[in-house]
Amino acid sequence: MEEKFSSKGYLNMELLRFTTAGSVDDGKSTLIGRLLYDSKSIFEDQLEAVKRASIRRGNERVDLALLTDGLRAEREQGITIDVAYRYFATPKRKFIIADTPGHVQYTRNMVTGASTANAAIILIDARNGVTEQTCRHSYIASLLEIKHLIICINKMDLVEFSQDVYEKIKDEFILFSQKLNARNIHFVPISALLGDNVVEPSAIMYWYKGGTLMHILETIDIVSDYNMEDPRFPVQYVIRPQSADHPDYRGYAGRVDGGVFRKGDEIIVMPQQQRTVIESIDSFHQTLDQACPPMSVTIRVKDDIDISRGDMFVREGNLPSITQDITAMVCWMSERPLQLNGKYALKHTTKDVRCVIRDVLYKVNVNNLQQNHNDKNVTLNEIACVSLRTTKPLLTDPYKRNRKTGSLILIDEGTNNTVGVGMVMNS
Amino acid sequence: MKKYHLNHLRELESESIYVMREVAAQFERPCLLFSGGKDSIVLVHLARKAFHPSQIPFPLLHIDTGHNFQEALDFRDQLVKKIGARLVVGSVQESIDKGRVTEETGYSASRNVLQTTTLLDTIAEHKFDAAIGGGRRDEEKARAKERFFSHRDEFGQWDPKNQRPELWNIFNGKKNIGEHFRVFPISNWTEMDIWQYIYMENIELPSLYYTHTREVFNRDGVWLAYAPFMKLKPNEKVEVKTVRCRTVGDITCTGLSLSTANTLEEIIQEIAATRVTERGSRYDDLRSEAAMEDRKREGYF
Repeated sequence: MEEKFSSKGYLNMELLRFTTAGSVDDGKSTLIGRLLYDSKSIFEDQLEAVKRASIRRGNERVDLALLTDGLRAEREQGITIDVAYRYFATPKRKFIIADTPGHVQYTRNMVTGASTANAAIILIDARNGVTEQTCRHSYIASLLEIKHLIICINKMDLVEFSQDVYEKIKDEFILFSQKLNARNIHFVPISALLGDNVVEPSAIMYWYKGGTLMHILETIDIVSDYNMEDPRFPVQYVIRPQSADHPDYRGYAGRVDGGVFRKGDEIIVMPQQQRTVIESIDSFHQTLDQACPPMSVTIRVKDDIDISRGDMFVREGNLPSITQDITAMVCWMSERPLQLNGKYALKHTTKDVRCVIRDVLYKVNVNNLQQNHNDKNVTLNEIACVSLRTTKPLLTDPYKRNRKTGSLILIDEGTNNTVGVGMVMNS
Repeated sequence: MKKYHLNHLRELESESIYVMREVAAQFERPCLLFSGGKDSIVLVHLARKAFHPSQIPFPLLHIDTGHNFQEALDFRDQLVKKIGARLVVGSVQESIDKGRVTEETGYSASRNVLQTTTLLDTIAEHKFDAAIGGGRRDEEKARAKERFFSHRDEFGQWDPKNQRPELWNIFNGKKNIGEHFRVFPISNWTEMDIWQYIYMENIELPSLYYTHTREVFNRDGVWLAYAPFMKLKPNEKVEVKTVRCRTVGDITCTGLSLSTANTLEEIIQEIAATRVTERGSRYDDLRSEAAMEDRKREGYF
């Protein structure tokens, strides 16, 4: 079946998730509009609606930025206030864009969009070079462990498509990026407004030898984004049909968060630290020889062990930390400031516990990366390193090593709102 | 295909199954909103996969406007029988009879808006705490910002400015008594993904999706199916055309495409070449620029 799609052009496409942070001024909406428009992902009725809206507002030309406008509240105010997800596909890949506003008061939205992204597009206005905003966006992307940063030096049309300007900004960014732990940085000079180097190569910027933005998006490696080294399988749900056909079936459903699990593998069930062997990896109509991230499967084991949601299958010699004391970088998402010594509900993988925030070790200024070790007051959109104590041990890996077993959220027990999100540092 | 690599459909499938299992784990009385349309049929397929070899651990909930295509109702009943699911039906006609809502009048009269009341009443009656729906973010701009786990207050309302942040794959389903969640496991799927998946998995659909002849009439550029309860304007006349449904909803608001596509391959080719969004033919969305957003705030699907 799947073969047939390939031969018809509906390929076995890969999925790439990327984030774009930026403000109205740096041309982010225009860039996204351009990607959607030039990849022919815009339908006629959407384009007609944008044309009507452009005319109504008295714009001279069709404003591609309007394509990404969302809710009525935002249309009225002309701003983007939340993460919006957009979709397009080329014959090579399917793309999910997490489109976020870029002002400092929207740090929480940038963090949200970055949490699932494989790549981040960072826009730099060629007239302004590297700014505080560039610093903020790049820091958040590297904090959230986005593997690829794509630095789009935009508005090249306003600096006469100058190679000197491009090279200077590129050098400036490379110097700055040494403070980050960014792994793969790509640079591309573009004009989102005119389309140069977005989907089509630029004739004017003949001096640029790299690929267009679209080419970069279509070809960057994403397989290595998953942790394939450390087997981690948080048990999500226990499947027990107790039916006439399956009287004794007991399967552990979940998603592979790291490494590869094979039929016959000896595994350790955490936190009980009990050994058993994988009897079968079940999918719908078939059993599988192996499962890797991010597959959702059901695993059956040989021995009759008491296993429930929140437990984790791992392998001998490669255990996660079992700890109640966690140091994490936290982004605060709530209007109500972080309460030192306050108690919060905590979700980590498939486990629910409670925790107390024991200390704020330091705060990070996202505009210049400076650490402040004296200020313990963490408010909305701020990022801080905190220490937590949980009611029960968590099975964690450092976020740097595994984005799934290294991430957690904090919930206000009064309102049930998600008020903070954390990335585990220790282990 | 590389050894340790999933294609986009398998990755989306895995994400959706993960979300379904979170619902079963985090809520006490979930249900799955089933309309008889392709998206909810895919949802049922994913739910079967998520809990196999168990049966789906929650009932299907159908809100029957009383103006449904008979083919969709027949399909619903067959499917429920085949997979051994429990079906709960909320009836808009009953809501009208009880005086909970008032039937719209005029040429564009539709029960589409009324079903929100029936839905919320049924959710309350059965104490459902989570309703799984087939909404997709690519469908409509108000949906582009929808969460997987979407919180509804005690009035069933959606507040777009007060949605919980959703990061990684950690979903916060905590709530107070009387509140509920709408959960959208196929948030990240596009119309094309749905069709490719239906093809790949060989999922059965109501015959409405394939070409057939039908009595139709044209209203403001949209082809609508004729039924005795549809009131024609003086300039509208009933004709017989070769059509198929691109989406399936209530008869009064489901636009039909003139099409001879009779196989999934042909439908996929047709979608690939189409230059109009699928909701572009939904009569209910043409009411205003923010039609969907307004309905969602009030508790629509």
